[in-house]
Amino acid sequence: AAALVVAEGGASTATRTAVAAAGAGGLGVEKVDVLVMGADAGDDAAATARLPGVGAVLALSHASLKAPTQAEPAAAALAAVAAAGGYSHVVCASTSWAKGVLPRAAALAGVQPVTDVLRFEDDGESFVRPIYAGNALETVRYKASGDGGPAEGAPRYVSVRTTAFEPVSADGGAAAVDDVVAPAELDAVAAEELSSFVSAEVSESERPELGAAPIVVSGGRGLKNGDNFKLMEDLADALGGGAIGASRAAVDAGFCANDMQVGQTGKVVAPDLYVAVGISGAIQHVAGMKDSKVIVAINKDEDAPIFSVADYGLKADLFEAVPELIAKVKAARA
Amino acid sequence: MRVLVAVKRCVDYAAKIRVRADGGGVETASVKHAMNPFCEIALEEAVRLKEAKVATEVVAVTVGPKSSQDVLRHALALGADRAAHIAVPDDAPQPQPLGIAEALAALARRDGADLVLMGKQAIDGDHNQTGQMLGAKLGWPQGTFASSVEIDAAGGRATIVREVDAGMETVALKLPAVVTADLRLNEPRYAKLPAIMKAKKKKIEALSPADLGVEMAAQLETVRVSEPPKRAGGVMVESVDDLVDKLKNEAKVI
Repeated sequence: AAALVVAEGGASTATRTAVAAAGAGGLGVEKVDVLVMGADAGDDAAATARLPGVGAVLALSHASLKAPTQAEPAAAALAAVAAAGGYSHVVCASTSWAKGVLPRAAALAGVQPVTDVLRFEDDGESFVRPIYAGNALETVRYKASGDGGPAEGAPRYVSVRTTAFEPVSADGGAAAVDDVVAPAELDAVAAEELSSFVSAEVSESERPELGAAPIVVSGGRGLKNGDNFKLMEDLADALGGGAIGASRAAVDAGFCANDMQVGQTGKVVAPDLYVAVGISGAIQHVAGMKDSKVIVAINKDEDAPIFSVADYGLKADLFEAVPELIAKVKAARA
Repeated sequence: MRVLVAVKRCVDYAAKIRVRADGGGVETASVKHAMNPFCEIALEEAVRLKEAKVATEVVAVTVGPKSSQDVLRHALALGADRAAHIAVPDDAPQPQPLGIAEALAALARRDGADLVLMGKQAIDGDHNQTGQMLGAKLGWPQGTFASSVEIDAAGGRATIVREVDAGMETVALKLPAVVTADLRLNEPRYAKLPAIMKAKKKKIEALSPADLGVEMAAQLETVRVSEPPKRAGGVMVESVDDLVDKLKNEAKVI
Protein backbone atom coordinates (compact mmCIF):
# COMPACT_ATOMS: atom_id res chain seq x y z
CA ALA A 1 0.00 0.00 0.00
CA ALA A 2 1.19 3.53 -0.78
CA ALA A 3 -0.13 6.93 0.31
CA LEU A 4 -0.33 10.03 -1.86
CA VAL A 5 0.28 13.23 0.09
CA VAL A 6 -1.08 16.44 -1.41
CA ALA A 7 1.56 19.18 -1.12
CA GLU A 8 0.55 22.73 -0.37
CA GLY A 9 3.08 25.31 -1.53
CA GLY A 10 6.08 22.98 -1.72
CA ALA A 11 7.82 21.93 1.51
CA SER A 12 5.52 24.00 3.76
CA THR A 13 4.60 23.09 7.32
CA ALA A 14 1.35 21.68 5.93
CA THR A 15 3.17 19.41 3.48
CA ARG A 16 5.73 18.31 6.06
CA THR A 17 2.98 17.51 8.57
CA ALA A 18 1.05 15.44 6.03
CA VAL A 19 4.24 13.52 5.08
CA ALA A 20 4.87 12.80 8.78
CA ALA A 21 1.30 11.62 9.34
CA ALA A 22 1.29 9.37 6.28
CA GLY A 23 4.75 7.99 7.07
CA ALA A 24 5.51 7.45 10.74
CA GLY A 25 2.02 8.49 11.86
CA GLY A 26 0.55 4.99 11.94
CA LEU A 27 -1.11 4.77 8.55
CA GLY A 28 0.70 1.50 7.84
CA VAL A 29 1.74 2.19 4.24
CA GLU A 30 5.04 1.09 2.70
CA LYS A 31 5.58 4.21 0.62
CA VAL A 32 4.66 7.90 0.73
CA ASP A 33 4.58 9.82 -2.53
CA VAL A 34 3.83 13.54 -2.79
CA LEU A 35 1.77 15.29 -5.46
CA VAL A 36 2.93 18.85 -6.19
CA MET A 37 0.64 20.99 -8.36
CA GLY A 38 1.31 24.36 -9.95
CA ALA A 39 1.54 26.31 -13.19
CA ASP A 40 5.17 25.21 -13.04
CA ALA A 41 5.56 22.70 -10.23
CA GLY A 42 9.32 22.36 -10.70
CA ASP A 43 10.71 24.42 -7.78
CA ASP A 44 8.15 23.23 -5.25
CA ALA A 45 8.72 19.64 -6.39
CA ALA A 46 12.49 20.00 -5.90
CA ALA A 47 11.95 21.35 -2.36
CA THR A 48 9.51 18.56 -1.56
CA ALA A 49 11.95 15.91 -2.83
CA ARG A 50 14.33 16.87 0.00
CA LEU A 51 11.83 15.88 2.71
CA PRO A 52 12.83 12.72 4.57
CA GLY A 53 10.57 9.71 4.04
CA VAL A 54 9.28 10.67 0.60
CA GLY A 55 9.26 7.87 -2.00
CA ALA A 56 8.64 9.87 -5.16
CA VAL A 57 7.45 13.37 -5.97
CA LEU A 58 4.83 13.66 -8.71
CA ALA A 59 5.13 17.09 -10.31
CA LEU A 60 2.00 18.19 -12.16
CA SER A 61 2.38 21.43 -14.10
CA HIS A 62 -0.69 22.91 -15.77
CA ALA A 63 -1.70 26.49 -16.47
CA SER A 64 -5.02 25.98 -14.62
CA LEU A 65 -3.15 25.11 -11.42
CA LYS A 66 -1.39 28.44 -11.06
CA ALA A 67 -1.13 29.71 -7.50
CA PRO A 68 -3.29 30.28 -5.55
CA THR A 69 -4.60 27.02 -6.98
CA GLN A 70 -8.37 26.89 -7.20
CA ALA A 71 -10.21 23.92 -5.70
CA GLU A 72 -11.99 22.84 -8.90
CA PRO A 73 -8.92 22.03 -11.05
CA ALA A 74 -6.91 20.83 -8.03
CA ALA A 75 -9.60 18.35 -7.02
CA ALA A 76 -10.02 17.04 -10.57
CA ALA A 77 -6.27 16.54 -10.88
CA LEU A 78 -5.92 14.93 -7.47
CA ALA A 79 -8.74 12.41 -7.94
CA ALA A 80 -7.37 11.37 -11.34
CA VAL A 81 -3.74 11.05 -10.22
CA ALA A 82 -4.68 9.13 -7.07
CA ALA A 83 -6.82 6.67 -9.04
CA ALA A 84 -4.22 6.18 -11.77
CA GLY A 85 -1.48 5.51 -9.21
CA GLY A 86 -3.49 2.92 -7.30
CA TYR A 87 -2.89 4.64 -3.95
CA SER A 88 -4.49 3.22 -0.82
CA HIS A 89 -4.73 6.63 0.88
CA VAL A 90 -4.77 10.30 -0.08
CA VAL A 91 -3.50 12.43 2.80
CA CYS A 92 -3.28 16.17 3.37
CA ALA A 93 -3.03 18.57 6.29
CA SER A 94 -6.32 20.18 7.28
CA THR A 95 -5.63 23.74 6.08
CA SER A 96 -8.22 26.06 4.57
CA TRP A 97 -6.90 25.20 1.09
CA ALA A 98 -7.09 21.45 1.66
CA LYS A 99 -10.54 21.75 3.24
CA GLY A 100 -11.70 23.04 -0.13
CA VAL A 101 -9.88 20.46 -2.25
CA LEU A 102 -9.93 17.09 -0.44
CA PRO A 103 -13.70 16.56 -0.02
CA ARG A 104 -14.26 17.69 -3.61
CA ALA A 105 -11.70 15.19 -4.91
CA ALA A 106 -13.15 12.45 -2.70
CA ALA A 107 -16.63 13.09 -4.10
CA LEU A 108 -15.28 12.85 -7.65
CA ALA A 109 -13.82 9.48 -6.62
CA GLY A 110 -17.09 8.42 -4.96
CA VAL A 111 -15.42 8.14 -1.55
CA GLN A 112 -16.64 9.51 1.79
CA PRO A 113 -13.58 11.35 3.21
CA VAL A 114 -12.47 11.49 6.84
CA THR A 115 -11.42 15.01 7.84
CA ASP A 116 -9.44 16.42 10.78
CA VAL A 117 -7.98 13.09 11.88
CA LEU A 118 -6.10 13.06 15.19
CA ARG A 119 -4.92 9.45 15.15
CA PHE A 120 -4.87 6.34 12.96
CA GLU A 121 -5.82 2.88 14.18
CA ASP A 122 -5.94 -0.60 12.56
CA ASP A 123 -3.23 0.26 10.00
CA GLY A 124 -5.09 3.09 8.39
CA GLU A 125 -8.58 1.58 8.33
CA SER A 126 -9.87 3.38 11.44
CA PHE A 127 -9.57 7.06 12.23
CA VAL A 128 -10.06 9.09 15.39
CA ARG A 129 -11.46 12.59 14.86
CA PRO A 130 -13.05 15.31 17.00
CA ILE A 131 -16.79 16.01 16.80
CA TYR A 132 -18.98 18.58 18.60
CA ALA A 133 -16.16 21.15 18.71
CA GLY A 134 -13.81 18.63 20.30
CA ASN A 135 -16.24 17.74 23.09
CA ALA A 136 -16.24 14.13 21.87
CA LEU A 137 -13.97 11.91 19.79
CA GLU A 138 -15.35 9.50 17.24
CA THR A 139 -13.58 6.51 15.76
CA VAL A 140 -14.78 5.63 12.28
CA ARG A 141 -13.88 2.77 9.99
CA TYR A 142 -14.47 2.24 6.28
CA LYS A 143 -16.85 -0.61 5.55
CA ALA A 144 -15.61 -3.37 3.24
CA SER A 145 -16.19 -2.68 -0.44
CA GLY A 146 -18.79 -5.44 -0.76
CA ASP A 147 -20.57 -4.23 2.36
CA GLY A 148 -21.39 -0.60 1.56
CA GLY A 149 -17.82 0.72 1.68
CA PRO A 150 -15.94 2.50 -1.12
CA ALA A 151 -15.42 0.65 -4.42
CA GLU A 152 -12.68 -1.99 -4.54
CA GLY A 153 -9.28 -0.29 -4.81
CA ALA A 154 -10.60 3.25 -4.23
CA PRO A 155 -8.28 5.31 -2.02
CA ARG A 156 -9.30 6.47 1.45
CA TYR A 157 -9.33 10.29 1.56
CA VAL A 158 -7.99 11.66 4.83
CA SER A 159 -7.04 15.07 6.20
CA VAL A 160 -5.07 15.37 9.44
CA ARG A 161 -5.10 18.00 12.18
CA THR A 162 -1.79 19.82 11.93
CA THR A 163 -1.47 19.97 15.73
CA ALA A 164 -1.71 16.19 16.07
CA PHE A 165 1.43 15.28 14.09
CA GLU A 166 4.99 16.58 14.31
CA PRO A 167 6.15 17.73 10.82
CA VAL A 168 9.17 16.05 9.22
CA SER A 169 12.26 18.24 8.83
CA ALA A 170 12.75 20.20 5.61
CA ASP A 171 15.91 18.35 4.59
CA GLY A 172 17.52 14.95 4.58
CA GLY A 173 15.74 13.15 1.76
CA ALA A 174 16.51 12.78 -1.92
CA ALA A 175 13.39 11.53 -3.67
CA ALA A 176 13.05 11.25 -7.43
CA VAL A 177 10.85 13.84 -9.15
CA ASP A 178 8.56 12.45 -11.83
CA ASP A 179 6.74 14.80 -14.16
CA VAL A 180 3.10 13.78 -14.43
CA VAL A 181 1.15 14.15 -17.65
CA ALA A 182 -1.97 16.26 -17.01
CA PRO A 183 -4.99 13.95 -16.79
CA ALA A 184 -7.86 14.44 -19.25
CA GLU A 185 -10.18 15.25 -16.30
CA LEU A 186 -8.04 18.29 -15.51
CA ASP A 187 -8.15 19.57 -19.09
CA ALA A 188 -11.93 19.18 -19.06
CA VAL A 189 -12.41 21.15 -15.83
CA ALA A 190 -9.86 23.79 -16.86
CA ALA A 191 -11.78 24.42 -20.10
CA GLU A 192 -14.90 25.30 -18.10
CA GLU A 193 -13.15 28.12 -16.19
CA LEU A 194 -15.46 27.58 -13.23
CA SER A 195 -13.64 29.87 -10.83
CA SER A 196 -10.85 32.38 -10.84
CA PHE A 197 -8.70 34.11 -8.27
CA VAL A 198 -9.37 37.85 -8.01
CA SER A 199 -7.30 39.14 -5.10
CA ALA A 200 -6.00 38.36 -1.64
CA GLU A 201 -5.74 40.42 1.47
CA VAL A 202 -2.89 38.75 3.30
CA SER A 203 -2.05 39.88 6.79
CA GLU A 204 1.62 40.85 6.79
CA SER A 205 3.49 39.85 9.89
CA GLU A 206 7.07 39.30 10.94
CA ARG A 207 5.77 36.86 13.48
CA PRO A 208 5.77 33.06 13.22
CA GLU A 209 2.75 31.38 11.64
CA LEU A 210 -0.06 31.00 14.20
CA GLY A 211 -0.65 27.32 13.49
CA ALA A 212 3.02 26.37 13.97
CA ALA A 213 4.37 28.88 16.55
CA PRO A 214 5.81 27.43 19.80
CA ILE A 215 4.41 30.39 21.75
CA VAL A 216 0.98 31.94 21.19
CA VAL A 217 -0.37 34.98 23.03
CA SER A 218 -4.09 35.55 22.48
CA GLY A 219 -6.30 38.45 23.39
CA GLY A 220 -10.05 38.55 23.88
CA ARG A 221 -12.83 41.04 24.37
CA GLY A 222 -11.25 42.02 27.69
CA LEU A 223 -8.69 44.03 25.71
CA LYS A 224 -11.48 46.52 24.94
CA ASN A 225 -10.06 47.72 21.59
CA GLY A 226 -7.68 46.90 18.77
CA ASP A 227 -4.95 49.28 19.94
CA ASN A 228 -4.57 47.31 23.15
CA PHE A 229 -3.43 44.31 21.11
CA LYS A 230 -0.06 46.08 21.27
CA LEU A 231 0.12 44.62 24.81
CA MET A 232 -0.13 41.13 23.30
CA GLU A 233 2.69 41.96 20.88
CA ASP A 234 4.87 43.22 23.73
CA LEU A 235 4.16 40.14 25.83
CA ALA A 236 4.98 37.82 22.91
CA ASP A 237 8.24 39.71 22.35
CA ALA A 238 9.13 39.49 26.05
CA LEU A 239 8.58 35.73 25.89
CA GLY A 240 11.11 35.52 23.07
CA GLY A 241 8.80 35.93 20.10
CA GLY A 242 5.52 34.26 19.36
CA ALA A 243 2.35 34.43 17.31
CA ILE A 244 -0.65 36.57 18.23
CA GLY A 245 -4.08 34.99 18.40
CA ALA A 246 -7.54 36.19 19.31
CA SER A 247 -10.90 34.95 20.46
CA ARG A 248 -13.90 35.02 18.16
CA ALA A 249 -15.37 37.81 20.28
CA ALA A 250 -12.29 39.97 19.66
CA VAL A 251 -12.44 39.33 15.91
CA ASP A 252 -16.18 40.01 15.76
CA ALA A 253 -15.68 43.24 17.71
CA GLY A 254 -13.22 44.33 15.00
CA PHE A 255 -10.14 44.37 17.27
CA CYS A 256 -8.09 42.27 14.85
CA ALA A 257 -8.11 40.32 11.58
CA ASN A 258 -10.10 37.11 11.10
CA ASP A 259 -6.99 35.03 10.41
CA MET A 260 -5.93 35.54 14.04
CA GLN A 261 -8.94 33.69 15.41
CA VAL A 262 -8.14 30.64 17.52
CA GLY A 263 -10.99 28.19 17.95
CA GLN A 264 -13.05 25.44 16.45
CA THR A 265 -14.08 27.67 13.56
CA GLY A 266 -10.73 29.47 13.37
CA LYS A 267 -7.27 28.04 13.76
CA VAL A 268 -6.48 25.06 15.94
CA VAL A 269 -3.19 25.54 17.77
CA ALA A 270 -1.12 23.43 20.18
CA PRO A 271 1.97 25.46 21.11
CA ASP A 272 4.36 24.79 24.01
CA LEU A 273 2.96 27.88 25.73
CA TYR A 274 -0.45 29.46 25.21
CA VAL A 275 -1.31 32.67 27.04
CA ALA A 276 -4.99 33.67 27.04
CA VAL A 277 -5.55 37.27 28.07
CA GLY A 278 -9.01 38.70 28.65
CA ILE A 279 -10.59 35.60 27.10
CA SER A 280 -13.53 34.04 28.91
CA GLY A 281 -12.97 30.61 27.37
CA ALA A 282 -16.10 29.74 25.39
CA ILE A 283 -16.25 26.06 24.29
CA GLN A 284 -15.57 27.27 20.77
CA HIS A 285 -12.26 28.90 21.77
CA VAL A 286 -11.13 26.11 24.10
CA ALA A 287 -11.61 23.58 21.28
CA GLY A 288 -8.91 25.44 19.36
CA MET A 289 -6.23 25.57 22.05
CA LYS A 290 -6.80 22.90 24.71
CA ASP A 291 -4.03 20.68 23.35
CA SER A 292 -1.39 23.32 24.12
CA LYS A 293 1.33 22.01 26.44
CA VAL A 294 1.14 24.84 29.01
CA ILE A 295 -1.84 27.17 29.25
CA VAL A 296 -1.77 30.48 31.12
CA ALA A 297 -4.95 32.47 31.59
CA ILE A 298 -5.28 36.02 32.85
CA ASN A 299 -8.81 37.24 33.50
CA LYS A 300 -10.46 39.46 36.06
CA ASP A 301 -13.51 37.19 36.33
CA GLU A 302 -12.63 34.27 38.59
CA ASP A 303 -15.56 32.27 37.20
CA ALA A 304 -14.28 32.49 33.61
CA PRO A 305 -14.34 28.96 32.12
CA ILE A 306 -10.83 29.50 30.71
CA PHE A 307 -9.45 28.90 34.22
CA SER A 308 -10.70 25.31 34.20
CA VAL A 309 -8.29 24.42 31.37
CA ALA A 310 -5.41 26.64 32.51
CA ASP A 311 -2.27 25.23 34.14
CA TYR A 312 -1.71 28.65 35.64
CA GLY A 313 -4.65 30.97 36.14
CA LEU A 314 -4.22 34.51 37.37
CA LYS A 315 -7.25 36.49 38.47
CA ALA A 316 -6.23 40.06 37.78
CA ASP A 317 -6.97 43.18 35.78
CA LEU A 318 -5.06 42.54 32.58
CA PHE A 319 -4.12 46.21 32.19
CA GLU A 320 -2.16 45.96 35.42
CA ALA A 321 -1.00 42.35 35.26
CA VAL A 322 0.24 42.22 31.65
CA PRO A 323 2.67 45.19 31.86
CA GLU A 324 4.00 43.75 35.14
CA LEU A 325 4.30 40.32 33.53
CA ILE A 326 6.17 41.78 30.54
CA ALA A 327 8.71 43.46 32.82
CA LYS A 328 9.19 40.42 35.05
CA VAL A 329 9.44 37.92 32.16
CA LYS A 330 12.10 40.15 30.59
CA ALA A 331 13.99 40.19 33.89
CA ALA A 332 13.64 36.43 34.34
CA ARG A 333 14.95 35.74 30.85
CA ALA A 334 17.81 38.25 31.02
CA MET B 1 -32.71 33.16 -9.89
CA ARG B 2 -33.63 30.20 -7.70
CA VAL B 3 -31.61 29.71 -4.51
CA LEU B 4 -31.53 26.37 -2.72
CA VAL B 5 -30.51 26.52 0.95
CA ALA B 6 -29.50 23.32 2.71
CA VAL B 7 -30.15 23.38 6.46
CA LYS B 8 -29.47 20.89 9.24
CA ARG B 9 -30.96 20.20 12.65
CA CYS B 10 -28.22 19.91 15.27
CA VAL B 11 -27.81 19.86 19.01
CA ASP B 12 -28.05 23.52 20.05
CA TYR B 13 -24.68 25.29 20.14
CA ALA B 14 -25.12 26.16 23.81
CA ALA B 15 -26.12 22.65 24.95
CA LYS B 16 -23.73 20.63 27.08
CA ILE B 17 -22.35 17.66 25.13
CA ARG B 18 -22.43 14.34 26.98
CA VAL B 19 -20.95 11.17 25.54
CA ARG B 20 -23.26 8.17 26.02
CA ALA B 21 -22.01 5.57 28.48
CA ASP B 22 -22.27 2.81 25.86
CA GLY B 23 -19.82 4.66 23.58
CA GLY B 24 -22.37 4.61 20.78
CA GLY B 25 -22.58 8.37 20.35
CA VAL B 26 -23.48 11.64 21.99
CA GLU B 27 -26.65 11.93 24.10
CA THR B 28 -29.28 13.63 21.94
CA ALA B 29 -32.51 12.61 23.69
CA SER B 30 -34.08 15.51 25.62
CA VAL B 31 -31.27 17.84 24.52
CA LYS B 32 -32.25 21.15 22.91
CA HIS B 33 -31.89 21.12 19.13
CA ALA B 34 -31.81 24.02 16.69
CA MET B 35 -30.80 24.93 13.17
CA ASN B 36 -27.01 24.67 12.74
CA PRO B 37 -25.74 28.28 13.18
CA PHE B 38 -23.84 28.26 9.86
CA CYS B 39 -27.05 27.15 8.08
CA GLU B 40 -28.90 30.08 9.66
CA ILE B 41 -26.31 32.42 8.18
CA ALA B 42 -26.67 30.77 4.75
CA LEU B 43 -30.45 31.09 4.93
CA GLU B 44 -30.21 34.74 5.97
CA GLU B 45 -28.02 35.45 2.96
CA ALA B 46 -30.56 33.79 0.66
CA VAL B 47 -33.44 35.78 2.15
CA ARG B 48 -31.45 38.99 1.69
CA LEU B 49 -30.86 38.08 -1.96
CA LYS B 50 -34.64 37.70 -2.33
CA GLU B 51 -35.27 41.04 -0.60
CA ALA B 52 -32.73 42.65 -2.92
CA LYS B 53 -34.69 41.13 -5.85
CA VAL B 54 -31.64 39.16 -6.96
CA ALA B 55 -33.28 35.85 -6.04
CA THR B 56 -36.82 35.05 -7.15
CA GLU B 57 -37.32 32.00 -4.97
CA VAL B 58 -35.66 30.59 -1.84
CA VAL B 59 -36.10 26.85 -1.28
CA ALA B 60 -35.03 25.31 2.03
CA VAL B 61 -34.11 21.63 2.13
CA THR B 62 -32.98 19.25 4.82
CA VAL B 63 -31.98 15.61 4.91
CA GLY B 64 -32.80 13.69 8.07
CA PRO B 65 -35.42 11.96 10.19
CA LYS B 66 -38.93 13.29 10.82
CA SER B 67 -37.74 15.56 13.65
CA SER B 68 -35.60 17.55 11.22
CA GLN B 69 -38.77 19.14 9.82
CA ASP B 70 -38.42 21.60 12.72
CA VAL B 71 -35.66 23.43 10.94
CA LEU B 72 -37.71 23.65 7.74
CA ARG B 73 -40.55 25.32 9.70
CA HIS B 74 -37.96 27.68 11.11
CA ALA B 75 -36.60 28.36 7.61
CA LEU B 76 -40.13 29.10 6.35
CA ALA B 77 -40.66 31.50 9.26
CA LEU B 78 -37.43 33.26 8.41
CA GLY B 79 -38.38 33.83 4.78
CA ALA B 80 -37.94 30.69 2.69
CA ASP B 81 -40.68 30.41 0.05
CA ARG B 82 -41.01 26.64 0.24
CA ALA B 83 -39.34 23.64 1.80
CA ALA B 84 -38.43 20.05 0.94
CA HIS B 85 -37.70 17.26 3.38
CA ILE B 86 -35.58 14.35 2.18
CA ALA B 87 -36.52 11.80 4.81
CA VAL B 88 -34.41 9.02 6.25
CA PRO B 89 -35.81 6.49 8.76
CA ASP B 90 -35.87 7.70 12.38
CA ASP B 91 -33.77 4.78 13.56
CA ALA B 92 -31.15 5.00 10.78
CA PRO B 93 -27.63 6.27 11.55
CA GLN B 94 -26.97 9.93 10.63
CA PRO B 95 -26.57 10.30 6.87
CA GLN B 96 -22.99 11.05 5.79
CA PRO B 97 -21.83 14.01 3.70
CA LEU B 98 -21.31 12.04 0.46
CA GLY B 99 -24.89 10.71 0.54
CA ILE B 100 -26.28 14.11 1.50
CA ALA B 101 -24.35 15.74 -1.35
CA GLU B 102 -25.81 13.21 -3.80
CA ALA B 103 -29.35 13.90 -2.59
CA LEU B 104 -28.88 17.67 -2.70
CA ALA B 105 -27.36 17.44 -6.18
CA ALA B 106 -30.41 15.55 -7.42
CA LEU B 107 -32.76 18.15 -5.93
CA ALA B 108 -30.71 21.08 -7.26
CA ARG B 109 -30.94 19.59 -10.75
CA ARG B 110 -34.65 18.78 -10.49
CA ASP B 111 -35.50 22.30 -9.31
CA GLY B 112 -33.11 24.09 -11.64
CA ALA B 113 -31.27 25.90 -8.83
CA ASP B 114 -28.87 28.66 -9.85
CA LEU B 115 -27.17 28.91 -6.47
CA VAL B 116 -26.90 26.60 -3.47
CA LEU B 117 -26.14 28.27 -0.15
CA MET B 118 -25.23 26.24 2.91
CA GLY B 119 -23.18 26.41 6.09
CA LYS B 120 -19.47 25.65 5.90
CA GLN B 121 -19.95 22.87 8.44
CA ALA B 122 -22.44 21.51 10.93
CA ILE B 123 -21.52 21.86 14.58
CA ASP B 124 -22.24 18.19 15.36
CA GLY B 125 -20.11 16.17 12.94
CA ASP B 126 -17.80 19.11 12.11
CA HIS B 127 -16.99 17.48 8.77
CA ASN B 128 -16.76 20.59 6.59
CA GLN B 129 -17.35 18.50 3.45
CA THR B 130 -20.89 18.63 2.08
CA GLY B 131 -20.68 21.88 0.09
CA GLN B 132 -17.44 20.88 -1.59
CA MET B 133 -18.83 17.42 -2.40
CA LEU B 134 -22.03 18.93 -3.79
CA GLY B 135 -19.91 21.15 -6.05
CA ALA B 136 -18.13 18.05 -7.33
CA LYS B 137 -21.38 16.11 -7.90
CA LEU B 138 -22.92 18.98 -9.85
CA GLY B 139 -19.73 20.01 -11.65
CA TRP B 140 -20.25 23.53 -10.28
CA PRO B 141 -17.64 25.86 -8.77
CA GLN B 142 -17.49 26.29 -5.01
CA GLY B 143 -17.03 29.37 -2.85
CA THR B 144 -16.24 28.01 0.60
CA PHE B 145 -15.96 29.96 3.90
CA ALA B 146 -17.72 33.00 2.44
CA SER B 147 -17.73 36.26 4.36
CA SER B 148 -19.21 38.24 1.49
CA VAL B 149 -21.36 37.22 -1.49
CA GLU B 150 -22.09 39.44 -4.48
CA ILE B 151 -24.25 38.13 -7.28
CA ASP B 152 -24.23 39.46 -10.83
CA ALA B 153 -27.22 37.48 -12.07
CA ALA B 154 -27.21 39.06 -15.54
CA GLY B 155 -23.52 38.34 -15.99
CA GLY B 156 -23.91 34.86 -14.53
CA ARG B 157 -21.19 35.41 -11.97
CA ALA B 158 -20.71 35.52 -8.21
CA THR B 159 -17.89 37.26 -6.37
CA ILE B 160 -17.06 35.65 -3.04
CA VAL B 161 -14.74 36.86 -0.31
CA ARG B 162 -13.40 33.82 1.55
CA GLU B 163 -11.90 33.51 5.02
CA VAL B 164 -8.67 31.55 4.53
CA ASP B 165 -5.67 30.73 6.74
CA ALA B 166 -3.61 33.67 5.47
CA GLY B 167 -6.37 36.29 5.58
CA MET B 168 -9.04 36.98 2.97
CA GLU B 169 -9.25 35.80 -0.62
CA THR B 170 -11.63 37.01 -3.31
CA VAL B 171 -12.69 34.61 -6.05
CA ALA B 172 -15.06 34.91 -9.01
CA LEU B 173 -17.36 31.96 -9.68
CA LYS B 174 -19.37 31.13 -12.76
CA LEU B 175 -23.03 30.50 -11.89
CA PRO B 176 -24.55 28.09 -11.02
CA ALA B 177 -22.36 27.65 -7.95
CA VAL B 178 -22.24 26.31 -4.40
CA VAL B 179 -21.38 28.81 -1.66
CA THR B 180 -20.72 27.87 1.98
CA ALA B 181 -21.20 30.46 4.70
CA ASP B 182 -18.64 31.40 7.33
CA LEU B 183 -19.44 33.18 10.58
CA ARG B 184 -19.00 36.74 9.46
CA LEU B 185 -21.17 36.63 6.33
CA ASN B 186 -24.12 38.28 8.14
CA GLU B 187 -26.10 38.44 11.38
CA PRO B 188 -29.20 36.27 11.04
CA ARG B 189 -32.54 37.82 11.99
CA TYR B 190 -35.02 36.40 14.49
CA ALA B 191 -38.29 34.90 13.34
CA LYS B 192 -41.38 37.04 14.09
CA LEU B 193 -44.41 35.47 15.72
CA PRO B 194 -46.86 36.02 12.81
CA ALA B 195 -44.31 34.46 10.45
CA ILE B 196 -43.89 31.48 12.78
CA MET B 197 -47.67 30.97 12.85
CA LYS B 198 -47.92 31.27 9.07
CA ALA B 199 -45.01 28.84 8.59
CA LYS B 200 -46.88 26.19 10.58
CA LYS B 201 -49.54 26.07 7.89
CA LYS B 202 -47.21 25.85 4.92
CA LYS B 203 -46.78 22.50 3.22
CA ILE B 204 -43.41 20.79 3.32
CA GLU B 205 -42.67 18.62 0.30
CA ALA B 206 -41.91 15.06 1.43
CA LEU B 207 -39.26 13.20 -0.54
CA SER B 208 -37.34 9.99 -0.08
CA PRO B 209 -33.82 9.37 -1.36
CA ALA B 210 -35.40 6.91 -3.82
CA ASP B 211 -37.66 9.68 -5.21
CA LEU B 212 -34.45 11.47 -6.15
CA GLY B 213 -32.76 8.34 -7.46
CA VAL B 214 -30.05 8.22 -4.78
CA GLU B 215 -29.13 5.56 -2.23
CA MET B 216 -27.30 7.62 0.38
CA ALA B 217 -25.28 4.61 1.54
CA ALA B 218 -22.94 5.31 4.48
CA GLN B 219 -19.40 4.19 3.68
CA LEU B 220 -18.12 4.74 7.22
CA GLU B 221 -19.25 2.99 10.36
CA THR B 222 -18.81 4.48 13.80
CA VAL B 223 -16.68 2.19 15.93
CA ARG B 224 -17.09 4.22 19.11
CA VAL B 225 -17.54 7.70 20.52
CA SER B 226 -15.49 8.61 23.56
CA GLU B 227 -14.75 11.49 25.91
CA PRO B 228 -11.69 13.55 24.97
CA PRO B 229 -8.84 13.36 27.49
CA LYS B 230 -9.50 15.77 30.35
CA ARG B 231 -7.02 18.56 30.95
CA ALA B 232 -5.72 18.75 34.47
CA GLY B 233 -6.24 22.51 34.66
CA GLY B 234 -7.80 24.77 37.19
CA VAL B 235 -4.69 25.75 39.11
CA MET B 236 -4.62 29.38 40.22
CA VAL B 237 -1.55 31.46 41.00
CA GLU B 238 -1.56 34.33 43.45
CA SER B 239 0.48 36.99 41.71
CA VAL B 240 2.52 37.86 38.64
CA ASP B 241 5.67 36.95 40.61
CA ASP B 242 4.20 33.56 41.38
CA LEU B 243 3.30 33.08 37.69
CA VAL B 244 6.75 34.01 36.44
CA ASP B 245 8.33 31.68 39.01
CA LYS B 246 6.11 28.76 37.93
CA LEU B 247 6.73 29.39 34.22
CA LYS B 248 10.49 29.50 34.80
CA ASN B 249 11.03 26.78 37.42
CA GLU B 250 8.07 24.40 37.08
CA ALA B 251 6.92 24.50 33.45
CA LYS B 252 10.36 25.64 32.26
CA VAL B 253 8.90 27.54 29.29
CA ILE B 254 10.73 30.84 29.84
